[in-house]
Amino acid sequence: MAAPCRKIINQFVKRSLKCFEPRVIPCRWSNTVRNHTVEKHRHSPLSSTRELVNQQDSPSDVMVPREFRFVHPDFLPYPVWNRRDRVREKLEREDMLKRRAVIDIPEFYVGSIMAVTLADKNAPGKQNRFVGICIDRAGHGLYHYFVLRNAIDGQGVEIKYDMYNPLLLKIEVLKLEKRLDPQLYYLRDAPLEYSTFRLDMEPVSVLKGAQVPLNAIKVKMNPRPWCRRWERHNLKGVLPLDDYITEKMKKQKQHPQIEKPWEKHDLMLKARTSIDDREVDQIMTEVYKRKEKIQKEKFQKRGQEGKREVKKAQEVKK
Amino acid sequence: MLGKLFPIPKMNKIAQAGVLVFRGPNACVSAFPIQSFSTSPCLNQIIKLSRMKVVDNSMLGRKAELASKPARVIHIYNKKGVGYLGDKVLVAIMGEKKRAYIVGLRQNQKENVPRFDSNNIVLVEDNGTPTGTRIRVPIPSCLRNREGDFTKILSIATKFV
Repeated sequence: MAAPCRKIINQFVKRSLKCFEPRVIPCRWSNTVRNHTVEKHRHSPLSSTRELVNQQDSPSDVMVPREFRFVHPDFLPYPVWNRRDRVREKLEREDMLKRRAVIDIPEFYVGSIMAVTLADKNAPGKQNRFVGICIDRAGHGLYHYFVLRNAIDGQGVEIKYDMYNPLLLKIEVLKLEKRLDPQLYYLRDAPLEYSTFRLDMEPVSVLKGAQVPLNAIKVKMNPRPWCRRWERHNLKGVLPLDDYITEKMKKQKQHPQIEKPWEKHDLMLKARTSIDDREVDQIMTEVYKRKEKIQKEKFQKRGQEGKREVKKAQEVKK
Repeated sequence: MLGKLFPIPKMNKIAQAGVLVFRGPNACVSAFPIQSFSTSPCLNQIIKLSRMKVVDNSMLGRKAELASKPARVIHIYNKKGVGYLGDKVLVAIMGEKKRAYIVGLRQNQKENVPRFDSNNIVLVEDNGTPTGTRIRVPIPSCLRNREGDFTKILSIATKFV
């Protein structure tokens, strides 16, 4: 009597428990990683600074040229310390080098005249070429970008290009130059002759190993209105703006809250907005090593292809 | 007592200067005494009453340019009420109502899309044919995939960037 009764009860319990079994229900965020998981990996020893510094202390066998960091500012990570993710930075650097193995990204600075060929499905030749002066370059890691400006038919045109965009087919530097300012957005408020470049401009060759020439041109600005308050920007590549601004603006410019004379002594601000010098060295060493390796592989590949072609030609001759 | 409770807002600094200066796409300088001014930052967006530059070679556009009376947007044919690249607008130009397409914007654009120094439009008739026969400035290449009446504008364009 007791045994069948127990059986029935067991079955009933099993059935009722089945309703409470955990099921995997596809929900809206099921394909994403939880925030605390990401946080955990951020705090893991893999992504800590101490380890990196220890690695750096070991003597490195390669000597990285000092100017390498100025040639490749795109490899420098985002400087805000609490938003950094060293694992992501490393993966990004790897991706950037992979892209650099495919496309030749030359050395350029703000003020250089460049030409960019872009894949454009709507254009007749599936390509679109734009020539202009580089007025800005910014962004960290894979999101590095540069802005080109030119005046075509008396109309100022600016295009922003993401440097690691796979749509970019070719980046050429027609004239390697530097300017006095880190950004040239003031060309928007200058006469168009300062930002007019021929679209069929021929590249100017620069001696290898020579210093990058500095173009110390002083731009004469248009009278106001301007798109920004240029008198407050301490521009070096611009003729004095005193004729264009009022007495009141001159007085306002010298106001301590606008001039901010304490900023150059603010060590905390510097620490917050820049990356440790040793870490930069470490990153640049890593990049330099990988780059050399990729170049070697490239040469080897070319050599093999050349050999194959020679073989083919010989066979054809026979 | 009342003044303490409800302090009268101080007059704006620009107003004290006595010269009215607008910034952004609708930039103009007026030496007249101040009538009205806005203290909010410029949006650089094409909304109603934005001033536009006619870039085709139509007589109407040239006349408006010579008289320095730029075309003003009075309606935008989309639900947002903000005009972007390739949108159709209704403009008031030299006392006339005309339809037009936006072919260049001053505001910041996405990557690979050109940003121009002025807000450009091309006038069209009510049936969709362009009023002019030639466009004097380059046109963004991203507009090339537009269909419908826009192809008529693309056919009179001289350059693409």
